[in-house]
Amino acid sequence: MWEKKPILLLLMATAAILVGTLITMVLPFAWVNTEADRIAEVTPYTPLQQEGRDVYIREGCNNCHTQTIRPLVAETLRYGDYSKSGEFVYDRPHLWGSRRTGPDLARIGGKYPDAWHYQHMADPVGMIPKSNMPAYAFLNDTKLDPDYSRKKMKVLDFPYTEEQLAALADKTEMDAMVAYMQKLGNDIPWRKAAQVMVVGELHNPFLGDSSVFPAGQALYAEHCAACHGEQFEGGIGPDLADLDLPDGELYQLLYNGIIEGGMPAYGQLGSDRVWKLVSFLKYSKSH
Amino acid sequence: MEKTEYNTAIVRSFVNWSILWGLVSILVGVLISFQLVLPDLNFAPYLTYGRLRPLHTNAGIFGWGIGSFFALFYYIVQRLCRRPLWSDGLARFQLWFFNATIIAAAVTLLLGFNTSKEYHELEWPIDIMVVILWVIFSINIIMTIIKRREEQMYISLWYMLATLVGVAVLYLVNAAEVPVSLFKSYSAYAGTNDANVQWWFGHNAVAMVLTTPPLAIFYYILPKSTGVPIYSHRLSIIAFWSLIFMYLWTGAHHLLWTPVPDWVQTLAMAFSVMLIAPSWGSVFNGYLSMGGQWHQMRENYLVKFLILGITFYGLQTLQGPLQAIRSFSAFIHYTDWIPGHVHMGTMGWVSMVLFAAVYFLAPRIYGRELYSIPLANLHFWLVLIGQLIYSVSMWIAGVQQAGMWHAMNSDGSLAYSFMETLVELYPYWWIRAFSGVIYLLGVGIFIYNLVKTARSGKPVSAIANA
Repeated sequence: MWEKKPILLLLMATAAILVGTLITMVLPFAWVNTEADRIAEVTPYTPLQQEGRDVYIREGCNNCHTQTIRPLVAETLRYGDYSKSGEFVYDRPHLWGSRRTGPDLARIGGKYPDAWHYQHMADPVGMIPKSNMPAYAFLNDTKLDPDYSRKKMKVLDFPYTEEQLAALADKTEMDAMVAYMQKLGNDIPWRKAAQVMVVGELHNPFLGDSSVFPAGQALYAEHCAACHGEQFEGGIGPDLADLDLPDGELYQLLYNGIIEGGMPAYGQLGSDRVWKLVSFLKYSKSH
Repeated sequence: MEKTEYNTAIVRSFVNWSILWGLVSILVGVLISFQLVLPDLNFAPYLTYGRLRPLHTNAGIFGWGIGSFFALFYYIVQRLCRRPLWSDGLARFQLWFFNATIIAAAVTLLLGFNTSKEYHELEWPIDIMVVILWVIFSINIIMTIIKRREEQMYISLWYMLATLVGVAVLYLVNAAEVPVSLFKSYSAYAGTNDANVQWWFGHNAVAMVLTTPPLAIFYYILPKSTGVPIYSHRLSIIAFWSLIFMYLWTGAHHLLWTPVPDWVQTLAMAFSVMLIAPSWGSVFNGYLSMGGQWHQMRENYLVKFLILGITFYGLQTLQGPLQAIRSFSAFIHYTDWIPGHVHMGTMGWVSMVLFAAVYFLAPRIYGRELYSIPLANLHFWLVLIGQLIYSVSMWIAGVQQAGMWHAMNSDGSLAYSFMETLVELYPYWWIRAFSGVIYLLGVGIFIYNLVKTARSGKPVSAIANA
């Protein structure tokens, strides 16, 4: 009988689709973003960061970059601590994405210094030769609008000061984008927690072994040259021409990075490759 | 008999416009596939990958997909109800409002006005246009069915009704947002909740836009093309109810290993696997309807499109549940495997069925015999080959990419940097871009054939209301 009554069929179909909807879509609201999820260190976006986030949305960055790190070994090694629900409570909308044509950005904040982002955003291929990311130099051309930003902060119900808004007037969309990048995933002190404390003396297993120089050189070209220059002349990072640190110290520095200086940690390369890099950096120049 | 009653003009108009938007989608798709290998093809700010990709998906799903569903629903509902449309005027208004909406969508997406939510990128003013469009469409279909002159309601009508209510619920809930200006809004949901709502929408848009409408069309066009009825009405009833019941549980399989609660992920995984049954219910119904008719695969080009279409649906609904399993998702998610999967559904299943349906309609809406069957066959082979190269190259690329992402050295460090994994993909991306060109060529022949049919095909008279 129902198969001859369109209104009844419509009501039954609605009921059928509402069961799964209520259980898997509505019910989770009782758990997610509640006090149990809350992380004290996670703060709302400042006006500048939020403007950057809006540029990220406008340019569709989420079509190529994800913002969730899964609790899988390779993923946490590559991108950092896995993502927690409480880190996203101020994200309207979420920007988790679905495809990693480029790397995940959930914890890009604090990985590089600001200067790296300015240069990379304006000319990605110039910095990373085989990258396929479009250039976003035009973000330098547009200034931000404090009044519009005030409206946004009110809708989002985020705290702000008039000084913060006034400061936007001579900032560009590029400034906002970089500020947003530096905020991402950086509220919780995961970088400090991930650092490895070395106990005892470190010995370079490749000491005096020049056969590892080509490998070290390739690693330098891929991971270091963009900031420290092809010929160690420096750039975004300092000049390395007269680098003079004991092997052990240099190893620790490369392994853990320098959080305050915005130098990434290269521990994910593994001990072997970090030592090769140390050997190359210290001894190749004298040969 | 009731020859003059049916409104074929509206069907013809929707067909023509939807093909135009389909062409736009494919052209943009080809452009962005070349952008991935030649980043200089990004022309900032309007023509960058990030702004064009939503245009590609929206033009494909809403322009080509929904546009042709409008055409076919209007064609089919009149025949199955044995009466003309409830309101021709409303349908005519809907046609122009539909085109206005698609144009507004295209322009605003290129200007960068978007919500970022996949397959729901349009900002709030256009959301409102979409809702108006859907309400108008629903009223016309429902009223036509209520006032029908045929007692029975064939299975296609059920799928139509489910589509109407499903899309309405999904779109309205996911559209909840607070406007800041005419072009900017913020989601009503935050973070993990927003993600869960979005993929409840996203996955069920696949159910209610890319599954139930093509099934409604398939169940109508296949018997019409072969001349024999569908194998089992009972099987279609079971498949219908279990499909629309189970689909809505599965959205979180897009969010496996994310901060979404584990039990939601587990339910999504379980229901995804269970969905194989209703999906294959329709596949079997299609195959078994061919009993004694398989020779038509050689003789009838419509049947070729339809059977290949339902075959890709079957493959799609096996591969999908596989990807919804946690361990496999850990490996394959975020890689190129996924576009390979999606395009088997869109270029294989949905578009194959729609090509068949448009060829079926051609004599009935243009009043002329199809200009060239050999060209239709050529179209078939080009889109089939194009789609296969696309999907297979992306699956291989995805497996390699995933393998490299997860590869570890014996000392527990990562074997490859991100850039080392990316450069390995360039050859696959070249292949994919050219597969798109092959597909585009096929669609070009399809359009040429239709234009020639409308302009210079042999006139037909008797077939128009068959």
